Amino acid sequence: MRISVEVNGERHEAEVEPRTLLSDFLRHDLGLTGTHVGCEHGVCGACTVQVDGEPVRACLMFAVQADGRAVRTVEALAVDEQTLHPLQRAFHAEHALQCGFCTAGFLMSLEPFVRDRPDASEEEIREALAGNLCRCTGYEPIVAAVRRAAAELQGGAG
Amino acid sequence: MKPAPFDYEAPRTLHRALELLDDDAKALAGGQSLVPVMNFRLARPARLVDLNRVGELAYLRRRRGRLHIGAMTRQATLERSEVVARAWPLLRQAVGHVGHPQIRARGTVGGSCAHADPTAELPVALTALDARFHVRSRAGRRTLRAEEFFVTHLTTALAADELLVEVEVPPLPEGARSAFVEHARTHGDFALAGAAVVVAPAGTPSAIALLGAAATPLRAREAEAALGAGAAAADVARLAGDLVADEYRRALTTALVRRALREAGAR
Repeated sequence: MRISVEVNGERHEAEVEPRTLLSDFLRHDLGLTGTHVGCEHGVCGACTVQVDGEPVRACLMFAVQADGRAVRTVEALAVDEQTLHPLQRAFHAEHALQCGFCTAGFLMSLEPFVRDRPDASEEEIREALAGNLCRCTGYEPIVAAVRRAAAELQGGAG
Repeated sequence: MKPAPFDYEAPRTLHRALELLDDDAKALAGGQSLVPVMNFRLARPARLVDLNRVGELAYLRRRRGRLHIGAMTRQATLERSEVVARAWPLLRQAVGHVGHPQIRARGTVGGSCAHADPTAELPVALTALDARFHVRSRAGRRTLRAEEFFVTHLTTALAADELLVEVEVPPLPEGARSAFVEHARTHGDFALAGAAVVVAPAGTPSAIALLGAAATPLRAREAEAALGAGAAAADVARLAGDLVADEYRRALTTALVRRALREAGAR
């Protein structure tokens, strides 16, 4: 089927099988391998991308369903080649990643959250990241990174 | 971990969607339950009828005191609705336990009901609220109560050519308070047990619905009657828990009903 999808601000026309998952379309058809694929049944959150601004599991959507919609992946997060997004900088500063496999999913899940809820409590932060699994960090540094990014965004330094 | 091939239809109208539903077809709502089982190839529908472009099924409105939820209303929309928070707080209390924000952004109210997992939160809350399930097909329409709609584990009364189009929720009794509690190993995981309660002032009916207690959401009628007759919350909770066969889940259910009643202001 013919689809037309906006990905990271750029329009892509493509021919896809109906069963092609959005995660595979992004990685294989568009070469955007920043979106990682973990469990492929909606549990691990590694493939989280934003569709029309909402974080969703890319492994639980078919590419045909993205026809006419706007998709945003981790490749679009950095401000430019030199400048990481405040959330990415905070992950770096707090060692909120080790192997990095889950990181893109965390970033795409948490970016709207730190923007909209910079005053979130620790419990709310933990709830916000419960949909993403990390097998390395024990989550403490990730919570710290969310706090740091929120403080930076709130301070207007971002 | 990739779905088997299927034919794909994305109708724009309910009329067209109903034309496409038959024994070979499966309706695709938010896909948060169907797509995982397709990825596992536990489900191999020959044709998917994607409802995501049927705009007329996505609405949330209050009319004459009753809440009308279009089947394609996202769980996130329910969660963010001020009308729901004010007049049907039980739905707000329940929906926050459904998966994670990424799941609720796609998952729908109708999809959750039609999937009929006995540990799903919205069917239990809607059962406690005496919701009506409006069903359409090419041949006609019918309206079912929760006890009729939910048949058993992952099974509803929907025929292959039928579609759940709306869930209608009556108003809560004046002065009623509600609570939803569940136990899951981590937030957003499938719950082991849970309870939705509506505690109404004397003379109006209260409701207690259990999650994970049976193959469908289960109303604890005896416990409700005891609550209405002024029994202590601990005794009401024990009556509800007695409906659960397994010993651990029975203890858990009793404790959760007790907690829900306390949160909703029962003695």
